Amino acid sequence: MHELSIVASIVETVTESAAAYPGSRVLEVRLRVGALAAVIEDSLQFCWGISIEDTPLAGSKLVVNMLPVVLHCAKCDSDVELDGVQSFRCPRCGELCGDLRQGRELEIEAIEIDEVEEKVV
Amino acid sequence: MTTRIVELRRGILKKNDELAAGLRGRYAAAGVLVLNLVSSPGTGKTAFLERTLREMRARGGKVAALVGDLETDNDARRLAASGAPVRQINTHGICHLDAEMIDKHLAGWGDVAGENDAELGGLDYLFIENVGNLVCPSSYDLGEGIRVALLSVTEGEDKPLKYPTLFNSADAAVITKMDIAETCGFDRELALRNINEIRPAIRIFETSAKTGAGMEEWLVYLEGERKARRATN
Repeated sequence: MHELSIVASIVETVTESAAAYPGSRVLEVRLRVGALAAVIEDSLQFCWGISIEDTPLAGSKLVVNMLPVVLHCAKCDSDVELDGVQSFRCPRCGELCGDLRQGRELEIEAIEIDEVEEKVV
Repeated sequence: MTTRIVELRRGILKKNDELAAGLRGRYAAAGVLVLNLVSSPGTGKTAFLERTLREMRARGGKVAALVGDLETDNDARRLAASGAPVRQINTHGICHLDAEMIDKHLAGWGDVAGENDAELGGLDYLFIENVGNLVCPSSYDLGEGIRVALLSVTEGEDKPLKYPTLFNSADAAVITKMDIAETCGFDRELALRNINEIRPAIRIFETSAKTGAGMEEWLVYLEGERKARRATN
């Protein structure tokens, strides 16, 4: 249950980044989370609701894009995607492979903000 | 209203990762092999570490330990009986150690180790016993050279399948309490297969802190790893 500290650091980073766009409101925060990142979307969403109250991010939406594990299979010489995280075998040839290419991501991909329109006098 | 997408591409644990990278550099410069020991509460991390510290000292290795718990300094007192310098980190409710806590607790370590030249001066091995938890510690890099996942024979052979995140990020796996394996009906083959299914080709040590079984192989592994890492630095 370390999602609360993870959310706290997302709020901090996004607040800092959004400060470069004065007057804009953050509408959405998009995350990329690998299947091996050890965080649960439901917990993130729950903590998000609590953590953004009374911050510049209040009312914003958290969008979590979960990424499957991708391994590089030396035998097939290609990157293969796993359905789950219960077996690190190439789904094509059945070989065990430890060469992880995707699955540990835990990053803020982008934010969506509303743009302040320049007033034409 | 017009909206705009701003690409950030920023690691959420970037601060921890940067601190950990700094620690990793310090460990390498000081020639210290750092281990991060992770398991459930009750696996026997402290008993295993007590024996490791004692035996490594007897072989001439300079060892120290940092031990993380929510509360109490019971584990630090147990480990200190080995004669090695030990520091307790109390997280007061936080379920994992992070790089900042390690950084703070390394301050002045050189004095503890009897060396005044550097904070890590004179150490060969630093063991970090993480908070007993199989989930959260896997996200936090402490700058360690080797992450060790521990599993006891009483926990069920499917633990690696239930907690793949940790086992997949480990560099070595240690099975503890092998002396009671038979009594517990521990299915050794199944446990080894499950670990290998999650982390192919990982080194696995079958140990007992009580009888000392498997300790020699473990200590030789640590000595070999330390030597290999020093050679490449």
